[in-house]
Amino acid sequence: MTEKNSPGPADDNSAGPRLSKTDTAPVRPEAIKAIPVRHPGRWVSGLLVIALLVLLGMAFADAQVEWGDIPEYLFNDRIMKGVGNTLLITVLSMVIGVLLGVLLAVMKLSKNPVTSVFANLYIWLFRGTPVLLQLLLWYNLALIFPILNLGPFYKNEMTEFMTPFMAALLGLALNEAAYMAEIVRGGVQSVDEGQTEAAHALGMSPGRTMRRVILPQAMRVIVPPTGNEFINMLKTSSLASVITFAEVTYVGRQISATELNVMEMLFVAAIWYLFLTSVFSVIQFYIERHYAKGSVRNLPPTPWQKVRAALSRGPRLAGTRETS
Amino acid sequence: MTAMVKAEGVHKSFGAVEVLKGIDLEVAPREVFCLVGPSGSGKSTFLRCINHLEQINAGRLYVDGHLVGYRQKGDKLYELKEKEVAAQRKDIGMVFQRFNLFPHMTALGNVMEAPVQVKGESRSAARDRAMTLLERVGLADKAKNYPTQLSGGQQQRVAIARALAMEPKLMLFDEPTSALDPELVGEVLDVMRDLAESGMTMIVVTHEMGFAREVGDSLVFMDGGVVVESGHPREVLTNPQHARTQAFLSKVL
Repeated sequence: MTEKNSPGPADDNSAGPRLSKTDTAPVRPEAIKAIPVRHPGRWVSGLLVIALLVLLGMAFADAQVEWGDIPEYLFNDRIMKGVGNTLLITVLSMVIGVLLGVLLAVMKLSKNPVTSVFANLYIWLFRGTPVLLQLLLWYNLALIFPILNLGPFYKNEMTEFMTPFMAALLGLALNEAAYMAEIVRGGVQSVDEGQTEAAHALGMSPGRTMRRVILPQAMRVIVPPTGNEFINMLKTSSLASVITFAEVTYVGRQISATELNVMEMLFVAAIWYLFLTSVFSVIQFYIERHYAKGSVRNLPPTPWQKVRAALSRGPRLAGTRETS
Repeated sequence: MTAMVKAEGVHKSFGAVEVLKGIDLEVAPREVFCLVGPSGSGKSTFLRCINHLEQINAGRLYVDGHLVGYRQKGDKLYELKEKEVAAQRKDIGMVFQRFNLFPHMTALGNVMEAPVQVKGESRSAARDRAMTLLERVGLADKAKNYPTQLSGGQQQRVAIARALAMEPKLMLFDEPTSALDPELVGEVLDVMRDLAESGMTMIVVTHEMGFAREVGDSLVFMDGGVVVESGHPREVLTNPQHARTQAFLSKVL
């Protein structure tokens, strides 16, 4: 306080603060009215960014883009079907990936050395090779296994079974399982050992301890990266276009092959990806908020609550400005 | 009358380190039994052996006449299944140094959890009893709060209520006030004092010599994995016979 006061030109001497301690009359010191620090650097960098954006905008104004194609094709039937397929393969791959991932995590944490070694091998294999390569391997599986024979359950030509959809599903889901296994394991291990002990001391069985005590707390750690995985999967699913699965990227490329509007169709696909990832980011926020219960004292406000708070604060801010 | 807890030559090692080197003691029903000693003396480990959070390597440990963690047939010992161990623990309440409340449940949820999940009580019955217990530890108004919203002393009182909800015949306290700010120790000790007066059998690992003297019925001083001295708290604390006890008490008191 004294340091801040000293540069003030007409301030009282250093005896001030010392006196105020013993003073009987509690005089509230004057509110600080300091001249704020200037940030010229912020102005420069801000202007620089704006200038770059203007240049970019000018470049696009000159670009040879058939802008009209974008709204024309945005809700095109084939595109919509492609979007549907993107969503379908993403959701299915994630569901299988999460279930298999939980299973692998349990196997890895198990005291049984065979299961834990198997889980480690699986994770090593699927995380160590590119997804694109895995997709191609599944798609071309018929080259080495012409017949799929699952004993009494299923027998068919591999080419019949391994449709682009099946190859995409297997490739994306099995790869995802490896990542989910690590996420789930990390979540379970993040829960304090004292929690298990407390549950056991209350007479809860290991299974019930896992379900009622460990997993709900692990979820807080598992959910955010799982949401990221989901959003990543939305985008990674575009790789399935290489094995001719008719998701939105593939459909866009198909249309442009006949209509010769390559960039326009890529923009359409980009718009859809942006829309889907935005929607799921919002959903993710609410899910994370749900699982934050008990770990933070106050839950973060929802966007809607923020808007309402800003609206109710607005008039009050204006009020103070009027009075001062 | 069978002893509530009976230990015969209990040994416990962690790897090559022997933490308990033959503990023999008996805790009578309704007794408040204090375990004191320097850190590393094995008192907490012994406490954890009583409800089988740690497995003993040699000796015998009985709670209410039943062998802890094993079944004896002839001269053969059979390990109990996890479910059977869980059933044994139902009757033994435990309070931890770090509270270990379930952070994703409210205070009320913490207290209700075991009666509903383990005993299969109805939610409404469990809620009524949980509220009574929270009232007993002076926290009825905090029932809807999550543990992070409570002070350390309040959390520990909820933890005591949670253990009591299972209607245990024995309560284990593992340094229940060691993680608390000094000003919050009193409120937890008050609850424990009330509990002792109600006739609960309690084994308390503590550094609160005042509590041991006032409330304890017997006291054991442990060091290096063995019982060095035991007797009535007032006698051991005011007139320790053993040099190790004297040295320890001169530092603590």
